[in-house]
Amino acid sequence: MIQAFAFYLFATVVILSGALTVLSRNPVHSVLWLILAFFNAAGLMVLVGAEFIAMLLVIVYVGAVAVLFLFVVMMLDIDFAELRSGFVRYGFFGLLIALVLAGELIIAGGAWSQGALDLSRRAAPASGDLQNIEAMGALIYSKYLYIFEAAGLVLLVAMIGAIVLTHRERKDVRPQNISDQVKRRPQDAVRNVNQPVGQGVEL
Amino acid sequence: MTFTQWFQSWGGEAFGWFLATTVLILMIALPLMLAVAMIIYADRKIWAAMALRRGPNVVGPLGLLQSFADGLKVMLQETIIPSAANRGLFLLAPIITFTVALIVWAVIPFGAGMVLADINVGLLYLLAASSLGVYGVIISGWASNSKYPFYSALRAAAQMVSYEVSIGFVLISVVLWADSFNLSTIVLAQQAHVLGFFNGFGFNPLLFPMAVVFLISALAETARAPFDLTEAESELVAGYQTEYSSMSFALFWLGEYANVILMCALNAILFWGGWLPPVDWAPLYAVPGIIWFFSKILIFFFIFSWIKATVPRFRYDQLMRLGWKIFLPISLIWVFLVSGYLMLTRYGG
Repeated sequence: MIQAFAFYLFATVVILSGALTVLSRNPVHSVLWLILAFFNAAGLMVLVGAEFIAMLLVIVYVGAVAVLFLFVVMMLDIDFAELRSGFVRYGFFGLLIALVLAGELIIAGGAWSQGALDLSRRAAPASGDLQNIEAMGALIYSKYLYIFEAAGLVLLVAMIGAIVLTHRERKDVRPQNISDQVKRRPQDAVRNVNQPVGQGVEL
Repeated sequence: MTFTQWFQSWGGEAFGWFLATTVLILMIALPLMLAVAMIIYADRKIWAAMALRRGPNVVGPLGLLQSFADGLKVMLQETIIPSAANRGLFLLAPIITFTVALIVWAVIPFGAGMVLADINVGLLYLLAASSLGVYGVIISGWASNSKYPFYSALRAAAQMVSYEVSIGFVLISVVLWADSFNLSTIVLAQQAHVLGFFNGFGFNPLLFPMAVVFLISALAETARAPFDLTEAESELVAGYQTEYSSMSFALFWLGEYANVILMCALNAILFWGGWLPPVDWAPLYAVPGIIWFFSKILIFFFIFSWIKATVPRFRYDQLMRLGWKIFLPISLIWVFLVSGYLMLTRYGG
């Protein structure tokens, strides 16, 4: 009973907050609804016993990706009139995408009801005493090792690419060099001069 | 757990479990709030003593009731919502901060078996919940519709995300050694860890640098001095709390200190043996584990206050440099070293 209740609670909140992500006028509110959707999706993951995935979802998506997303959206100068003005122009493409997604959903639902998903061929659930993380680690680092490493390589390349694209060398700033500052001694900067009266100091 | 079974014996399977869990939650949350009140007092006293002042000394004996007087004061104040603020989010932000500061305590083991939720992914749960804490700050900064809170929110978001990276790597090296994400198992793995005598990963020369990195990152993660740039009063008035008053302000305050105690507890659990005595010597186990645990928390809180009283505030670029250019490479290299060492010794190459 409690599982069913929890499932319907999380599922309803996911769908509602997903809808509100699209429907809310304020982009910041949209991102916050999206975060709520992520969070409740993590709740659904816990319900199916994938607690590791659930935690990763919260840490990666809610804790890092959505923070940066919110960060960008918060900076936007929101002009509600301008937001609505593009409706006709983008309406067509929006409708097209919606139709494609709806079509895909219908195809998926139809295929499922025809028994296309052979439930017996799903990946075997982890056995009772094997923990979620151990089971996943054993699979990732043995059977899918090369795919996993390739994914890591792709991410590395993407990261380097992002840095190269956004990095700019600025000549007009003097960055602080901390080791230089620590190495600096009084005699490098200060000079004691016993200056005779009436003569200028040579600097 | 016998406590839950006692409730289940007369309340039925599900209802008894529900009642027992509720009582356990209250048994953690209420003392935690009391602890926060006392720790704010202790913080002010330590800070005052290091500045050769007296600190709070008027309300109650030795000023012990000062925090309660402050609490009463804010409760009686009026909640002011700026007219330009985003009303709903403005009120939601302190609630998020406070709630997140409370839910993380669910997985903290106070003693052998004394834990509300003994879950396999306890450490990941902690990381997930503490990464939620940043939303309270960001939302409050944005919803206040005021420039200082907004600056503060941007700083806080960048700071917490940056230091979570190195905290994550530090946690990985601990997890590798303890072979588990469960906090109780991590504590038990530290028993007689070094030379069969010292309880704690911190005594291990390979892990000690990680303990230091974790302590400093914990200061940054909770935005304590010297990393309290989110509320640098000389630049940002009071940071993201500027527009808040009365209980909405108090919730931020309580959440912040609850997070500080949590970080002290995490330092104790991950590196200094949690509820175990410092050395593996039979007579020391006569002292209840919870006393060891609390005294370790208090020692770390003293260190936090000590740092607050003595270290000047970092500049923002220095903070980012420390996080990304020093801690991230060090912790990354250490994950490599620790896993290499374990590969050679524990898993036979």
